[in-house]
Amino acid sequence: MSRSSGGNHIAGRPSDDLAADYRRELRSYIYGLGLALLLTGVPFGLVYGSAIPAFWIFIAIGVFALIQVIVHVRFFLHIDPPRQKADDLHLMLFSALILALMAGGTIWILANLASRMH
Amino acid sequence: MTEKVIYHPGLRLGAAHPDAHEGAEELLFGFWVFLMSDAIVFGLLFATYASMLHSTAGGPGPKQLFDIRSIFVETLALLLSSFTYGMASLSLKYGRRSGPLVAWLCVTLALGLVFLGLEVHDFLSIFHQGAGPTHSGFLSAFFGLVPLHGLHVFTGCVWMIALMAQMAVYGVDRRVKLGLLRLGLFWHFLDIVWVAIFSVVYLGGLT
Repeated sequence: MSRSSGGNHIAGRPSDDLAADYRRELRSYIYGLGLALLLTGVPFGLVYGSAIPAFWIFIAIGVFALIQVIVHVRFFLHIDPPRQKADDLHLMLFSALILALMAGGTIWILANLASRMH
Repeated sequence: MTEKVIYHPGLRLGAAHPDAHEGAEELLFGFWVFLMSDAIVFGLLFATYASMLHSTAGGPGPKQLFDIRSIFVETLALLLSSFTYGMASLSLKYGRRSGPLVAWLCVTLALGLVFLGLEVHDFLSIFHQGAGPTHSGFLSAFFGLVPLHGLHVFTGCVWMIALMAQMAVYGVDRRVKLGLLRLGLFWHFLDIVWVAIFSVVYLGGLT
């Protein structure tokens, strides 16, 4: 049973391959933590120091947040398209589409209404 | 048995855990569907917050209420707890004994509680300034969104304690392993929601 769902480490040398898998996954978490710390520190620093114009701080916050979400999905949730069935990714992308339509539509319509009230 | 490789979101336990590996795919995919519907709930609360941002009704706005240093420490606590949960998952997958697993879970739980403690402290200081959720549309939207995330983190902490109790009674059996995998998805998902909260609500509000 384990042979069918296993990988090559059932057939090969178990301990070596397991150790290699362990190091690879540990490295992935450490990369994820390092990147997330960097992507958190920079926008906090920008807002705290407020050395550049507010417009560019908004843009930077948005870009860093988007990259950080992708980092979390890739390194912590292990959504890894080339090596994985596509179901999870399809579910996530479809949810993101629905979310973008509903949240974007709400913000658009309510901002439009608010501007007409004045 | 088919030769199909079983892949599901989150950490894959693999062949070392044939008991929990079989059947994990459906369970975790189902949990993933729940997380995505939860993401839509959060997303719409974000949209409400963005629409209400300027509806302060003459009351205090983000710049008067938020303390960036406290938010930064909360962010670090939650981010580190996501990493330590990852270490717990690796201990589950590769460890032979349950000691390191329980230790990493305890560290994660402690960081989660630090986060909750700081967040409650923030909310209390906002209340002390007389700015409760009934004060303005902005504060209603804020108190609809951010404490909902805190409530999720609290639920995650309770779930973690329950899993450790199950571990103490039954050992690390199939149910506990599948529970730990699902809690892992939940915990990492909450960190992603927090990235959106600190970017949109706190950093966006303080800019």
